[in-house]
Amino acid sequence: MTSTTGHETRIEADPTLPTIRIVREFNAPQERVFRAWIEPHLVSRWLGPQDLDMKIDTWEARTGGHYRYSMHREGQEVAAFYGSFHEVRPATRLVQTFTFEGVPDGVSLDTAVFEPAGEGRTRVTVLSVVDNLVARDAILASGMERGVVEGYRKLDALLAAS
Amino acid sequence: MAVDQLSRAFVALADPTRRDIVARLSVRDATVGELAESYAMSMQAVSKHLKVLEEAGLVSRSRDAQRRPCHLEPQALDLMTSWIERYRRRAEERFSRLDAVLAAMDDTDADTTPASPGTKADEPRPTWAEKNEGAPS
Repeated sequence: MTSTTGHETRIEADPTLPTIRIVREFNAPQERVFRAWIEPHLVSRWLGPQDLDMKIDTWEARTGGHYRYSMHREGQEVAAFYGSFHEVRPATRLVQTFTFEGVPDGVSLDTAVFEPAGEGRTRVTVLSVVDNLVARDAILASGMERGVVEGYRKLDALLAAS
Repeated sequence: MAVDQLSRAFVALADPTRRDIVARLSVRDATVGELAESYAMSMQAVSKHLKVLEEAGLVSRSRDAQRRPCHLEPQALDLMTSWIERYRRRAEERFSRLDAVLAAMDDTDADTTPASPGTKADEPRPTWAEKNEGAPS
């Protein structure tokens, strides 16, 4: 998908620390970007993968609150995620825990910082911390299963054609 | 890349332990013993995984040194980069949708837009929204 704003998403994965840092700018003031991050009817419009339906089961966006959402394909739940809102600091900072129910022992601590980037724009920096490098690399590689499956499909087609 | 080589690489990386070994060797070289220790696996089991990685051209082992440390091949480092790039692309897809959401929002639609059907009906409206109404943006 092509970005309509031309802002680039930057990802940093330190080779020695179990962290992933994502930095992105948005063409909207902080308050508005923050709302898109915490109001469920807005979140559900962008957070999930495009090919799945996102259902928000619980969403209490306040400090100490709890959330759970699930992804559905043809009415079947295919993945679910939950966590706590550790801190909801209006328009500037959002700290959440995040667990993929498929990996129940894994938990990521995600801190999103919202800051002005000039001309009504907002820079959001999300730092995710997990408990070890192996888990971090598994998160980075999580798109890889799909890549492997696609690879196999291509290979199948190639083999069928030859 | 030949189809055989390509499929060997796919097979090698389809296994989570081997992906893990690749991730570890991307940080530093390691001996079979060191890898076996960190996975609580036998040397034989680790050697088996390493053989698959070696045959796929992802890992090499020096023939002469005593320790014979395993070394990640540069093209596998490219692979690591491609993991990150894939992750970045997925994040970018999300954020492009967020761009569209932000463009469609105005500062007052918090009260008029219905909550999504999955949301708890009794969910309290966040107090920050009230506090921030009318605040300069």
